[in-house]
Amino acid sequence: MKSIELLISAIALGLGIICYLKLDKKNIILKKFVMLFFGLLTIGCLTPFIDKYVPLSQLIMNEILVFGVLAMSLDILMGYTGLASLGHAAYFGVSSYACAIVMTKTSWVTSFAAYTWAQSNGLGIIFLLVLAIVVAIFFAAFFGLLAIRATDVYFLMITLSLAMVVWGLAYRWSAVTEGDNGINVPGRPSLFGINLDNDYNFYFFTLGIFLLCFSVMYLFVNSPFGKTLVGIRESEERMKMLGYNTWLHKYIAFIVAGIFSGIAGFLWTLFNLFVSPPDLELITSAEALFMVALGGPATLLGPVIGASIIKILQQFVSIYVERWPLILGAIYIITIMVSRLYKVEGILGIVSKIRGSSASSKE
Amino acid sequence: MLKRLVVLVAVIALSFTFAVKDATSAEKEFRIGWLAAVTGWAAQIGKDMTNGFKMYLDQQNYKFGPLKVKFIVEDNLAKPPVNVRKAMKLIKRDKVHLFSGGLLASTGYALAPLAERTNVLYISPIPAADDLTQRKRYKNFMRLGFTSSQNSHPQGQWACEQGFKKVVTIAADYAFGYETVGGFQKTFEACGGKIIKKLWPKIGTKDFAPYLAKFPKDLDAVFTLMVGGMSLSFPKQFRGAGFKAPMLGGITSADEFILPNMGDEAIGYITAGQYSAALDTKKNRAFVKEYQKRYGKMASYYSESCYTAALFIHKALAKINYKYDRDKFKDAMRSLRVDAIRGPVYLDKFDNPVHNVYIRKVVRISGDHKGLGVKPNSLWNKVIKTYPAIGQFYPDSAEKFLKQPVYSKNFPPCKHCR
Amino acid sequence: MFSAEKMIILTYSSFAYAALLFLLASGLSLIFGVMRIVNLAHAAFFLFSGYIALEFYNIIYGTVSLIPRFIQIISWTVLYFVWKSISKKMSGGRSALLLLVIYLIIEIFSLSFWSFPIYENLFFVKVPVKSVANLSIWMLIGALIFTIIIISLAGFFVERVFLRQLGQDTIAQVLVTIGFAFILQDGSLYMWGGDNYFFDLPKLLGGSFTMQGMTFEKFRLFLIFVAAIVAIALYFCIERTKLGAIMRATVDDPEMARGVGINTNIVSMSIFAIGTSLAAIGGIVGASFLGVYPGLDFEILPYAFAVVIIGGMGSLGGALVGSIIVGLIENFATAFFPELNYFALFAPMAIILAVKPTGLFGKG
Repeated sequence: MKSIELLISAIALGLGIICYLKLDKKNIILKKFVMLFFGLLTIGCLTPFIDKYVPLSQLIMNEILVFGVLAMSLDILMGYTGLASLGHAAYFGVSSYACAIVMTKTSWVTSFAAYTWAQSNGLGIIFLLVLAIVVAIFFAAFFGLLAIRATDVYFLMITLSLAMVVWGLAYRWSAVTEGDNGINVPGRPSLFGINLDNDYNFYFFTLGIFLLCFSVMYLFVNSPFGKTLVGIRESEERMKMLGYNTWLHKYIAFIVAGIFSGIAGFLWTLFNLFVSPPDLELITSAEALFMVALGGPATLLGPVIGASIIKILQQFVSIYVERWPLILGAIYIITIMVSRLYKVEGILGIVSKIRGSSASSKE
Repeated sequence: MLKRLVVLVAVIALSFTFAVKDATSAEKEFRIGWLAAVTGWAAQIGKDMTNGFKMYLDQQNYKFGPLKVKFIVEDNLAKPPVNVRKAMKLIKRDKVHLFSGGLLASTGYALAPLAERTNVLYISPIPAADDLTQRKRYKNFMRLGFTSSQNSHPQGQWACEQGFKKVVTIAADYAFGYETVGGFQKTFEACGGKIIKKLWPKIGTKDFAPYLAKFPKDLDAVFTLMVGGMSLSFPKQFRGAGFKAPMLGGITSADEFILPNMGDEAIGYITAGQYSAALDTKKNRAFVKEYQKRYGKMASYYSESCYTAALFIHKALAKINYKYDRDKFKDAMRSLRVDAIRGPVYLDKFDNPVHNVYIRKVVRISGDHKGLGVKPNSLWNKVIKTYPAIGQFYPDSAEKFLKQPVYSKNFPPCKHCR
Repeated sequence: MFSAEKMIILTYSSFAYAALLFLLASGLSLIFGVMRIVNLAHAAFFLFSGYIALEFYNIIYGTVSLIPRFIQIISWTVLYFVWKSISKKMSGGRSALLLLVIYLIIEIFSLSFWSFPIYENLFFVKVPVKSVANLSIWMLIGALIFTIIIISLAGFFVERVFLRQLGQDTIAQVLVTIGFAFILQDGSLYMWGGDNYFFDLPKLLGGSFTMQGMTFEKFRLFLIFVAAIVAIALYFCIERTKLGAIMRATVDDPEMARGVGINTNIVSMSIFAIGTSLAAIGGIVGASFLGVYPGLDFEILPYAFAVVIIGGMGSLGGALVGSIIVGLIENFATAFFPELNYFALFAPMAIILAVKPTGLFGKG
């Protein structure tokens, strides 16, 4: 029983290898997906095992999974559509606030009644997930209307300002959001009788949601629709010429990114059990942007790697070095300089470049 | 392909070994987790707090009886979510016996439930949110600082006795502000005074002009609760706008932390607090002198509170023969009567300290005040009246007090506002 | 509830606030307009210059010694020339990278492992400063000159060594400047400590005057005065002088400008330096109003962006109008609808952007 995680991860690894060998070589997209999926699953299952020897690693991994979803969702906008948003924390924030409010505000009769009903049927967590998605769609749809017209820097600025409005809302509307105090969530609802208050169970719940989001986003970006987005990124004019409604495409991408950001917010509320305005700050958005840039935009795995690095750094650099913002700042600059100078995009870009060069040297 | 996967797994595993625990935990070790801002806007306050706690540990040579104290500092950036993350780290990785620190009231609200969930004791030296020791009590939460309204209850009475009739309040727009003003208003109006306007500038307000424009001309005094940079700019702008009325305020409006950077406009500022560096007791003189010598700064209530927290932990441990057990330790804490730097302190049955409240007036003292080594010609919070043994419910009983809701923007209602 | 008198005072202080915002935002707008750089470190430069001015006053009063800072300046200069000599051998970007990696290694080692902190003694030297009062007008002018020199040198350095290598990549600029904001913020926290410092304006400009029974603070008038001078000077500099013509030419068509013999590198370096100097003026004048404390930079950055976005990025006239709009909205909304004062700023901004994504005066 003790090493059940080992067993699961071994099975996952085995399945991955079997699928990989069995699959048709020509179907690269599916093949890559299977590889990534089982790879992530293996690492994910291995972590609680590692946690027994390296305390805290499960907790950090859990946080990485949450921010991984956030970074991947930003990647849809930034990497695939070419719209860098500096306000992605907004949907993350509103969804996490929505979940926290429904779970704690007993005086809000209707929402609370619905939640209680769902809760009593073992569906509390599903209810929250749906709520998070709906709220995120609502906000993203509205903000998208305002923001999509702009491009490049203006898009950056408009998303920044919209996120500031949401931040102001969280700070100011204290009757609902408790203002500066933040909202404490008493505990996690259970899922079909599984007690998620147990961190171990919750970790696997997060892993499940993460893999689900990863799969859906992978399908999304590799669908014809996703290809159109890449086309828009490369040349919007040409896509317009070809008769695509580029505005609508960008708008839908914006909303999809918002949805997954909202799911990340939902996970964050349940993970941290505490929501407060700093979650929605400019820094959070910039961090997400940096995760994508660090890992490699337009690859879904990249943002996850970026998120892992940032979160691990945040946990550990401050233990060893008191003045860690100096280090973090330097790392920001170095990363960007490297990617600009060597014309690579993030860590995955470096990897593929090395692979490319070794492949060419073999020839 | 497989090779790549293995490499990936190895990389992740390696990155986690970064986190391998330093050493096996010794038997005779007492681990205290400490959360304070090392970087970010509150870094200096964090330093004052850490210094206060450390000074006590230094004096004891990091030894509580037979136990060796391991003091683990984590940077919390003074942001509540970061606090949660770092507290988890302290609990899971460092396996601390108890943790302490934190600055903002919101931090208290973030950490108290966590302490209950994880079954680790949290001792709060600074976070002053009223309800944590009143209506929303948490297991494993004990306070050695103060509640926001604790100081302002006697201050309201005092202000009324001085003959102030019409007072305007202006306070930072968050729980600490509401509770400080609420406490003041309650006792001030109970005694016959009138609060004629309540204003709530947001935290970090730079320009008070829109608020000052709302001040009636005929006020007797203003009651402020300012934090951070606001504390410095409000007196300047208030006097600059031509108001002559005396200023009253909560503890952070003119504490020792910002006094050295204030100018003459602060002279006469009357605040209430559980501590003043100018407190004329032998213990405090020695404390201020040593603090000044060690860290080159005037001791503030941040350092005193944290020093007292360390003192309490030591005394309580001594009482249970240095065998740490959470519940026994809690009982020991509750039974203590400690003669701390600020005066006698003990915990009430809600785990909140009962201590003296001092009404303090800012004065400029030329020369080296009492040979304490503080820069000559400094501003000091001179104690002008002492209210002994004030609990958090003063002057009511706990039962009566707890029937009223927690102080907020709208409670107590402003009956005399125009 | 508001008498005419109060409205006048409120308007007066709104304009003073707007003046401060203009000083803050004009540099940001200039840098963006001319170089297309989104400089998120702008507010950090603003704060940094407040600290430098504070230290200048301390030096004048003799409360701190000059030598440690002198060493620091020398070590940075040496670093710059090291970079220059490396950059002859490899591309500017690669040498900057090398420099940064060296910096990071020194930093990590000296901060955590070495007993002799090289980093602390050479690159970020701690100098204990104090709040000051009783300044003379000459000292203010001296501080202005001193700070502008230092800050524009810092601007030169950042532009020449780092930003130039990035080209027109917005995301790269944003992240690199955020990186610099972190470094400047934490560096200044380290060098000067995290106290809330204050310095008054000279006696001449302090206090208040009374007119028709209304009390006006003098320093607000001074703020308006400084902003007006800066605005006029900028206008003449850009629209009426040869230098301005060169600048505009560089912006409109860098290829052509290079063709007619303009050294565009020097021009863009200077523009960045001018932008940071504007932040420096704002920082010094603003410090007497806002104080100098860590965290001030990220507090005011949104305001600077609000101004620039409303006015239109890159347009100085827009920055002027934008700061007046923001100043008025901020003060009046706070006075009349205190509940709304966060939205009061950003909601109109969002609306303006939705209608005209380039801001009121932006050219797009």
